[in-house]
Amino acid sequence: MPSTPQDSVFDSDSQDRLDRIIATHAGREGPLLPILHDVQAEWGMIPEEAQPIIAKALGLTRAEVYGVVSFYHDFRDHPAGPHVLRLCRAEACISMGGDELADQICRALGIGWHETTPDGRLTLEPVFCLGLCACAPSAELDGKLIGRADAARISRMVAEVRA
Amino acid sequence: MKDFIIPDRDMGTPASKSDVMVTLNVDGRQVTVPAGTSVMRAAAEAGIAVPKLCATDHLEAFGSCRLCVVQIDGMRGTPASCTTPVAEGMVVHTQTDEVAQIRRGVMELYISDHPLDCLTCAANGDCELQDMAGAVGLREVRYDAPKNHFAQRTATGPNPEYRPKDQSNPYFTFDPAKCIVCSRCVRACEDVQGTFALTIEGRGFDSRVSAGMGSDSFLSSDCVSCGACVQVCPTATLVENKVIEIGTPEHIVKTTCAYCGVGCSFDAHMRGEEVVRMVPSKGGKANHGHSCVKGRFAWGYATHRERILRPMVREKITDPWREVDWDEALDFAATRLRRAQDDHGKNAIGVITSSRCTNEETYLVQKLARAVFGNNNTDTCARVCHSPTGYGLGQAFGTSAGTHDFDSVEDTDLALVIGANPTDGHPVFASRLRKRMRQGAGLIVIDPRRIDLLETPHMGMGMHLPLRPGTNVAVLTSLAHVIVTEGLYDEDFIRSRCDWDEFRTYMDFAADPRHSPDEVEKLSCVPAGLIRQAARAYAAAPRASIYYGLGVTEHSQGSTTVMAIANLAMMTGNIGEPGTGVNPLRGQNNVQGSCDMGSFPHEFPGYRHVGDQATRELYERIWGVPLSDEPGLRIPNMFDAALAGNFRGLYCQGEDIVQSDPDTQHVTSALKAMDIVIVQDLFLNETSNYAHVLLPGSSFLEKDGTFTNAERRINMVRRCMTPKNGHADWEITQMLANRMGAGWTYTHPSEIMEEIALTTPSFAGVSFDLLDRVGSVQWPCNEAAPLGTPVMHLDGFVRGKGRFLHTEYVATEERSGPRFPLLLTTGRILSQYNVGAQTRRTENLAWHAEDVLEIHPSDAENRGVRQGDWVRVASRSGETTLRAHITDRVAPGVVYTTFHHPTNQVNVITTDNSDWATNCPEFKVTAVQVSPSNGPTDWQRDYRSHSDLARRIMQTAAE
Repeated sequence: MPSTPQDSVFDSDSQDRLDRIIATHAGREGPLLPILHDVQAEWGMIPEEAQPIIAKALGLTRAEVYGVVSFYHDFRDHPAGPHVLRLCRAEACISMGGDELADQICRALGIGWHETTPDGRLTLEPVFCLGLCACAPSAELDGKLIGRADAARISRMVAEVRA
Repeated sequence: MKDFIIPDRDMGTPASKSDVMVTLNVDGRQVTVPAGTSVMRAAAEAGIAVPKLCATDHLEAFGSCRLCVVQIDGMRGTPASCTTPVAEGMVVHTQTDEVAQIRRGVMELYISDHPLDCLTCAANGDCELQDMAGAVGLREVRYDAPKNHFAQRTATGPNPEYRPKDQSNPYFTFDPAKCIVCSRCVRACEDVQGTFALTIEGRGFDSRVSAGMGSDSFLSSDCVSCGACVQVCPTATLVENKVIEIGTPEHIVKTTCAYCGVGCSFDAHMRGEEVVRMVPSKGGKANHGHSCVKGRFAWGYATHRERILRPMVREKITDPWREVDWDEALDFAATRLRRAQDDHGKNAIGVITSSRCTNEETYLVQKLARAVFGNNNTDTCARVCHSPTGYGLGQAFGTSAGTHDFDSVEDTDLALVIGANPTDGHPVFASRLRKRMRQGAGLIVIDPRRIDLLETPHMGMGMHLPLRPGTNVAVLTSLAHVIVTEGLYDEDFIRSRCDWDEFRTYMDFAADPRHSPDEVEKLSCVPAGLIRQAARAYAAAPRASIYYGLGVTEHSQGSTTVMAIANLAMMTGNIGEPGTGVNPLRGQNNVQGSCDMGSFPHEFPGYRHVGDQATRELYERIWGVPLSDEPGLRIPNMFDAALAGNFRGLYCQGEDIVQSDPDTQHVTSALKAMDIVIVQDLFLNETSNYAHVLLPGSSFLEKDGTFTNAERRINMVRRCMTPKNGHADWEITQMLANRMGAGWTYTHPSEIMEEIALTTPSFAGVSFDLLDRVGSVQWPCNEAAPLGTPVMHLDGFVRGKGRFLHTEYVATEERSGPRFPLLLTTGRILSQYNVGAQTRRTENLAWHAEDVLEIHPSDAENRGVRQGDWVRVASRSGETTLRAHITDRVAPGVVYTTFHHPTNQVNVITTDNSDWATNCPEFKVTAVQVSPSNGPTDWQRDYRSHSDLARRIMQTAAE
């Protein structure tokens, strides 16, 4: 499948898809975040073109929507790979060898933070606390938590999902 | 000297409006303040400055900078003084060892991410960060930050955190390197301006101020360049380019903006005779420290190179201009005016007063006509804008002006906006209305076009009645129909304030089925359901106000519409208390004043008829000459008389009638038929193409006087610099009058105001001394109301009982038909002002470089017109070309444009239809056809060539 150039993520029928998402949240209190979650689920990111449309529908301005989108690290401005590995970078995990673990994983994958493997399958993200400090260092792969993580275990799991 | 005023001190947080008083102790001083006041403001009231960065009295407290922490007895920790309200008996310590240490620590962190280039910084000497570093005694910064936002390069290469300056806005620069992320700018954009163009992107260390989205610049964002962000920025992050260019100002002159009818008060920050920046005055009662792009930034025209600084004359309008001295120009003008009178009679000459000039100047020009010319041939541009307001409100209430002050909008529960576009025409008022809308007030807009007010962020209920141009009376009478048939009227109010029997007659009239929403839907295209909803909402709102503009008045039934508006307000009891009222949004800075000053041919100053013997005798006594009791010619009559050969000379001060009056070809033929046309203006304009004498005018920065805004507020205009042309406008009128034997001896505008006060009852108490003392007053200002009258008709109408006038809808003769199937209506845009003579000579062109024709997608498609195409717009009167902008803001069948640029000459196509009562032209409805075009019309080409010819100035040898 040819890769889609980034500027055409939001194409002509995207407007209809977006309108449908906005409509499902009509009348709801505080609809912005649920809409943004659905948009990210639909496009794998929050396309900039979508932000003025959402703003208009909700009686906001595009600056306000952008302020919210940029506030949350989980809202992406470009799509991630189909699989996402997140390594905890917070204090407890660092004290339990998180830095070394991160170095090993980066080396093993050949990518840095926020980058995607050359095959486009996996994106590596830092995260600040997964709430799993008792089992530090911790990680998360596709939403599944990994406690007492080590390089070998993570590499094995990553290999499974990339296969 | 009273002109040199120290800037108002920033009290930290806005004043509380509570009438419950609270006494507390701050650093050993007792202070009594209204409940709800912040500790910070209370301290300021006691003369104690608490250090602060994110707080300013323009904005609600935010509590983010942590510099204003204090200690309060009995309270734990160190609360922020900006967000802590006062309490009875509170004991506050603003300076303790503990808070001193906290403040120094906080400042150290701020400064660790701030460049230390203070000496070469644009905010040097005017930087709150610098001041606070001094106030907290910062002596060292211990942190060597691993990352910063201000250095362009790090030891290893470009600094990824650094962002270059955003210089996209022509008036100010955004330098992210200087930003301390106090959010003042974002809050000003939201709370004060109501545009919500700014945000804080990211979070933590990545937090930055962003205009619009990631890819936007200030210019491409929603920013309307009001400058509120620049005004509140405590550092050099947002700073006027003029300050960067010139440096800090050294004195301040308080004056009044010369753009729209809001009449904002400004502090002109001067260096010598040069304006560095205009800052809206916090104490300005119309604007309370806010302004728009025009007032704050677009004053560069005053020193524009195209300004005419020497008088010029010529024999024929095809001759080139000859620069002459004042004596020769005035002699030439006076001789020709007198000759026209000798040859064609006393009534063969007249004047047009300016709504841009001061009250004093306008008074002199009409006095010139009445006392020196000996006729009443005086008129003003209000003829073409709000003359129906004067007539309609005069008939219904007894005064020819708006009923309320702008502050009243803070109390309104519902605003009915008719034929006005406040965000563009009256931006500062729009910001105040939007603020009220965010607090929950409803909005009903009756306008052919979906105006920006309907897209106010965070607004509550909004309703749009998109009527066909020309059907105002039908729709308003239909609203009345719903109110009377559903029994929604306020009987108590009507019985006590109006004539009940008269109302009963009106009720029968309005209740007739021909006014029912279903019938009116057929004429107006407004769905009947919407009319009913709007009527119910207006009647049900506890305090409903009406604001209207030229979309009401510039119609063949303009006066009837004004009366219909007055009827609605009276029948629902929406008159006489704050939050209600009928308020015309008047176009020009002093259009109210020019009407008050007797610019009309039938009225002396103060709206007293020339036939009224007592008034005439008063003026005859003061002026020492006999006066005519015959009303003079209105502007359109002057043109007609000129074409008939009876009207031969015109003195036109500060108005470009060729561009602003309807049916341009009629106007230009009339001017060509005159023997002497004297134009007094800052620039060569379209009218001066037909003039024989050009007297260079002076700008508002160069003279003393007063302007009267839309809320009847008389504001002082003060001279900031010497007139570049040598004389203020009032001096020029006096010199001309004296050449004609007047013998006037005014030495200062204050003497003219004394004469106005002496002869005009509603101005009896007004004097420059009073205005210097209290800032401004709203007329009537007399013995009964020595400080003026903010809200009129409080307990009774000026005329006694409010009057219900029947408002029968009569369709305009200007109807769309097969040849001209579309209806053209005209309006304004924010960045340009009126005919654009001033704003086109400023950087405001960045926002509106040309007039465009708004057309609905379906009408465009039918005609094969694409976005940006040149189109020909033709009416029965003429044709012009401009570019098309396809949008659904206008309904199918309606097209819309602005008239700011002379090359398009939209008024070539407007017709000579006018209001039945006042001759106010029907600018707002013209039947047109639109078709694709390749370029300018023949008329545009001919006009250009005459214009080029008429603007030649003969090169004179240096003396």
